[in-house]
Amino acid sequence: MIVVPLIVLIPFASAFIGLAVGWNRLAARRVAVVGAGIALGLAVYAAVAVWAGGPSVEIWGTVPTGWIPITVATRADGLGVTVGVMVTFVAFAVQVYSTAYMRPEPRYGSYAALVSLFTSAMLLVVFADDLVVLLVGWEVMGICSALLIGQHWERPEARAAAVKAFVVTRLGDVGMLAGILVLADLTGSFQISALQESAVASTTLTVGLVLLLCGVVGKSAQVPLHVWLPDAMAGPTPVSALIHAATMVAAGVFLVARLDSVFLLSPGALAVLAVVAATTMVLAALAALAQDDYKRVLAWSTSSQLAYMLGALAVGGYTAGLLHLLSHAAFKALLFLGAGVIAHAIGTTMLSGMGGLRRSMPLTYLMSTLGLAALMGLPPLGGFFSKESVLAAAEEAALHAGPLPPWAAWLVLLAGLFTVLVTAAYATRAWLLAFRGPTRSVSATAHDPPPPMRFALVMLAVPTVLLAALAFMPSVVVAMLNPGIGVPAEPAGPSISAGTAALSLALVGVGALSALAEWQRLGGRDPAVSLGPVGPLLADGFGVDRLYEAAIVRPVTALSRLVVAGDRDVVHAYVRGTGSAVRALGRVPQAAQAGRVQSYVTAGLAFVVVLALAGAGASWW
Amino acid sequence: MRLAFPLVASALLFSLGVFGVLARRNAVLVLMSVELMLNGVNINLVAFDAWWADALHAGQVLTLFVITIAAAEVGVGLAIVLLVFRNRGTSDLDDLGLLDERTESVGESAEPEAAR
Repeated sequence: MIVVPLIVLIPFASAFIGLAVGWNRLAARRVAVVGAGIALGLAVYAAVAVWAGGPSVEIWGTVPTGWIPITVATRADGLGVTVGVMVTFVAFAVQVYSTAYMRPEPRYGSYAALVSLFTSAMLLVVFADDLVVLLVGWEVMGICSALLIGQHWERPEARAAAVKAFVVTRLGDVGMLAGILVLADLTGSFQISALQESAVASTTLTVGLVLLLCGVVGKSAQVPLHVWLPDAMAGPTPVSALIHAATMVAAGVFLVARLDSVFLLSPGALAVLAVVAATTMVLAALAALAQDDYKRVLAWSTSSQLAYMLGALAVGGYTAGLLHLLSHAAFKALLFLGAGVIAHAIGTTMLSGMGGLRRSMPLTYLMSTLGLAALMGLPPLGGFFSKESVLAAAEEAALHAGPLPPWAAWLVLLAGLFTVLVTAAYATRAWLLAFRGPTRSVSATAHDPPPPMRFALVMLAVPTVLLAALAFMPSVVVAMLNPGIGVPAEPAGPSISAGTAALSLALVGVGALSALAEWQRLGGRDPAVSLGPVGPLLADGFGVDRLYEAAIVRPVTALSRLVVAGDRDVVHAYVRGTGSAVRALGRVPQAAQAGRVQSYVTAGLAFVVVLALAGAGASWW
Repeated sequence: MRLAFPLVASALLFSLGVFGVLARRNAVLVLMSVELMLNGVNINLVAFDAWWADALHAGQVLTLFVITIAAAEVGVGLAIVLLVFRNRGTSDLDDLGLLDERTESVGESAEPEAAR
C-alpha cells in the first residue's frame, strides 16, 4: 500500500514546511495541525484496509552494506495500523492543544516542527519491517524527545533534563544496536518478518533479545534506566503527553510486541523482561506516591504502567499488553493535557500549590477524574479492563505452564497486584490534593482553557471511556492486532479472570480509601506526610539518581579530568616545549639586532669589503 | 695630471665619510659624513670622465644628479633628525634603538596563555 510510506512522509514534510514558515505563527500552526490531521486520516484508511484486506509487507528498496543488506521495507499489519492510529490520534490532539497552550511561546515554529518530525519517526518505527529502518526512527524519536525536553533551554533544569534523557536512552540503544547485529547475524537478514519466520530457540537468540531489551528498557523508562523520565517533565506539557506518556515510551513495548513470537522462543529473555517489569512497576508506583509535582506523579506512573505492558508481554499476554498500551495512551495523554491546563491556568504543577480546582475548572476536573479513575482501574473505564486482562494473563501463566518460568509469572502477578494498591493510593492522593479541599487564592482565578485545549481533552476522553468496549469483544481484538507473521498462540484474546478482578478491585478500594482516610484525618493536607521518613526517600525515587551520580557520573567526570590533565600536562608539554626551545635558540642571533643602526652599517661594510677582497683575490689568482 | 691624485683624494674623502658614518654618535654629523662620501664619489666620477674624455660627459652629468639628490636627501634627513630631537630630546644614535628586537617582551608573556 502506497499509503503506508505516505503516513510516515506527510508528518516529515510538514515538519520541514513548518520550520520554513515558522516565522509566521498562523502558517506554522496550520501546517502542524493539517499535517497531523492528514496523517490521522491516512492511518485510519490504512487500518480499515488492513483489517478488511489482511496484512502486507512491501519492500521499497535495499541498501547494500557489504554485509547483510538493509531492506527498506514497510509492514502494514494489525499491530502496526492499530498503534499507528493511536499515534496519529494523540499527535493530532496534541497539535491542536499546542496551538493554544504554546501561544505565548516565542519558539512555536521549531516546537511544532519537532513534534511533527517526532510523529513521523514514531510512525516509521511502527510501520518498519526492518530492524535498521526501525532503529532510524527510534533514534530520530530520541533526538526529538531530547530537543523538546530542552524547549525552554533558558532554564538550567530543562537543559540538564534534555542531556540526561539523551545520554541515558543512548546507553540502552548501544545494547539495542548490538542486539540487532546479533539477530541479523543469526538470521542473515535485518528484516523483521524474516527473523520471525526463521527464528529458532538458541542461546545466541537469547543473547540478541536481551541486548535488544537494553534499548527497550532505556526507551520505556524501566529500571535501571528509568531515571530520565521524571526529569523529562521539564519539557512543555503537551510534549510530555505525546512523547513521554503515549507514544515514544510505548515504542519499547511496541518493539517487544512486534517481536513477540521471537521472544516466546526464549524463556531467558522473557524472564529478564518479567523481572525488569515487576521491579519497575512496584518501585515507580511507590515513587509516585510521594511526589509533590503533579507531572512527576504522572511520569512515575507512566514508568509503572509501561511495566504492566512489558509484564503482560513477558507472561504471553500479547493482546492484553497492547490493549493496556492503547488505553494507557488515551488516559495518560488525557491526564497530561489536564495537567497542562492546570499549569496554564495557575502557573504551577506543584500539588501543594493546587487545591479546590473542581469549582473553578469543572471541565478539567471531570476529564482528570476520568483519567485518574482509568489509571486506578475503576470499571467501566478502559483502564480497568486492560489492566485486568494483564493480571489475568499473568495468572494464567503462573498457574499453567507457558514459555515463561512459573516463578517469573508469579513475580509479575504479585507485583501487579501490589502495584494496583499503590496506584489507587497515589491517584487518589493526587486527585484529592489537586481538585478537592479548600480553594486556594491562586486557584480561585483559574478557569477552564480556551477551545482548542478543551477539544483535545474531550477528544482523548472518548477513547479513555470507549476502549472498554474492546474488552467485551476478545475475538475482535485478536483480529485487530493480528501481526500477520508470527501470530502468537493466543486465540482467546484478552480475558478477565473473576478471581484477580475481585482481588484487584478490593485492593483499589483499600488503596483509595486509605489515602482518603489519611487526607481527612490530616484535615486536607498531603497524605504523603503519613509515610514518615520513607516519604522523602520515595520522593527522591529511592535515591537512584544520587547513586548514579556517585557511582557513574563522578568517576566518569574524574576520568575525563585525568584525560584533560594528561593531554595538557604531558602531550601538550612537548608541543609547548618545542615552541620554547625554538624561542630560546632565537635569542642567540637576536643579540645582533640591537637597534644600533651604525653596527648594522658596519656589518654591511665589512661584508662588502670581504666580497671585494674575495673578488680581487679570485681575479688575481 | 696623473689619474692617481684625484683617485687618492676621493678615496680619502670617502674613507673619512665612512669613518664618520660608523663612528659618530650625533645624527647631524652622520648626515654630514654621508655628504663627504657622496663628494668622494663625485670627484671619482669627474676624474674618470676627464680621463676617458667621454664625448657625452656622462660622469659630469651624473655628478650634477648626485649633487641635486644629496641636497634633497640632506633636506629630508635633517628634517627627520630635527623632529626626532624635538620628540626625544636627543639626536644620539645610540639612544634611538626602537628597532631593537630585544625590547619586544610583551608577546613572550602572552604566548603561553594563547597556546592553552
